[in-house]
Amino acid sequence: MAEAVGRFVPDGATVAMGTALEPAIPFAAGHELIRQHRRDLTLVGPISDSLFDQLIGAGCVARICAAWVGNVSEGLGHCYRRATERGEPRAIEVHDHSNFTISLALWAAAWASPYVPTRTLLGSDIVATNPDLELVDGVVRVRPVRPDVTILHAQRADAEGRAHLWGPLGISEEAGLAARRVIVCCEELVDPEVILSDPNRVFLPETKVAAVVHEPGGAHPSPLQGHWRRDHAAYRDYAERSRTTDGFQAWLEERVLGVPDRAAYLAGVDTGALRIRASRPSAPVDYGDD
Amino acid sequence: MTDGGHTPQELMVAAAAREIRDGELVFVGMRLPILAYGVARNTHAPAARALFELGLMRDQPSAAFLGTMGDPPNVAGALWATRMSNVMALMAQGEVDLGFIGGAEVDRFGNLNTSYIGDPARPRTKLPGSGGGADIAILSRRWVTLMSHEPRRLVERVSYVTSPGHGDGPGWRARNGLLGGGPAAIVTTLAVLRFPEGGGEAELATVHPGHTVDEVRAQTGWDLRVAPDVAETPPPTAGVLAQIRRLDPDGFWTRRG
Repeated sequence: MAEAVGRFVPDGATVAMGTALEPAIPFAAGHELIRQHRRDLTLVGPISDSLFDQLIGAGCVARICAAWVGNVSEGLGHCYRRATERGEPRAIEVHDHSNFTISLALWAAAWASPYVPTRTLLGSDIVATNPDLELVDGVVRVRPVRPDVTILHAQRADAEGRAHLWGPLGISEEAGLAARRVIVCCEELVDPEVILSDPNRVFLPETKVAAVVHEPGGAHPSPLQGHWRRDHAAYRDYAERSRTTDGFQAWLEERVLGVPDRAAYLAGVDTGALRIRASRPSAPVDYGDD
Repeated sequence: MTDGGHTPQELMVAAAAREIRDGELVFVGMRLPILAYGVARNTHAPAARALFELGLMRDQPSAAFLGTMGDPPNVAGALWATRMSNVMALMAQGEVDLGFIGGAEVDRFGNLNTSYIGDPARPRTKLPGSGGGADIAILSRRWVTLMSHEPRRLVERVSYVTSPGHGDGPGWRARNGLLGGGPAAIVTTLAVLRFPEGGGEAELATVHPGHTVDEVRAQTGWDLRVAPDVAETPPPTAGVLAQIRRLDPDGFWTRRG
């Protein structure tokens, strides 16, 4: 993880994360960005369930390009508030979107289109306050948002960068296709024949993938279908502790800066209680060809 | 618990569930609407389907408690697991009958602010933003918002329109090209406010048990119109309460105990 983030996410990069919405959020990658003191990032996402708040609080972020930033089960993002209301730890720029328009902005980039026209956001003040949106002849033009890197957490991948992600995808496909490069974090690293047995489930071309990181538990506290429940208590703990700057700093020291890597982080998590044990396999499909 | 044996949130869930008609496609938001869909599906609306913006369609509530729409029990047994833009495509085509939106600030025409209190360049309070709220407000056939009933939340005019309601009055949506029908009701901790067909200003329709018309008007930041046939909000039946408590066993959303 340290190598992938170090090589492919420079200061000033535009980074998409949390693209499946509440599940499969690459928290391990975000925490590594904080440990490497990355600065001036533009973060791209639909809703962000606490990860963007943490990166903002750690001073990594110059701009937010998203539909919603907070804590889904607890409410407001306290670091996001301090940054936008008081410029603490630094002022940030906000490009507000709706969930639909951030998806369209990424599709516009994926299709190399100058804009995508839509009728959503008609009558919303978001059009006036986001420079990437424009009202022309009764239609909203959504300009492309192109991530330098999209970071995803998938259930399984092979070393060549082919990944299977299942459950709701959110905006993961357009975020991956639009990006210059993709970092795939995975719960399981498997042989290519496992992945290639079901090419319909490969949701991005391997040509986009710059790095594969085997990072079990890398999405905690977010859920991952077939592997992890959502750790509601961890989100509550973060919401309470991040209410003050000092509380956030103590949380950051304990859960991010004070741990060298994900394995050490997981030692402080009740993984036994969060691991999904009941199996619910799908029926295999047959790609027979002769 | 109130004297009636239910919490204000449980009453809100019951009231929101009654907004769902059988056979409808419902764009379910977060928190109380997740429970409202489950209650409606298991009582009066067995053929109602739920859409979730992260990319899910279901025809039954999750078998286990949900902290978010993305929790694994909400995916197991889904009719469709897909990408967000596909779900938005259905709504853009007018196929979503009813959407739910959480509100921070609302005005008499149902315009919602979930973005900025004060100047957006240097806000007094930065709220989380639209999420899918603005999309629901513009594209769904009708929508309902749920919020705490306080004068600072039900205001004369919102300072920023994240999710447009009826704009500045009847006809505003049609003039501005908005496809959906706009807000149908506001369900609060004290009352249910309704909008006339075709848009316009909210009217006090029902007052929750234990509260009065005067109290609701005093807690509203504009001179709230009162429907001539204003009534009491029906409290949740024992059957509905049982459904709510099965879906939220620890009162995480409905604040029991």
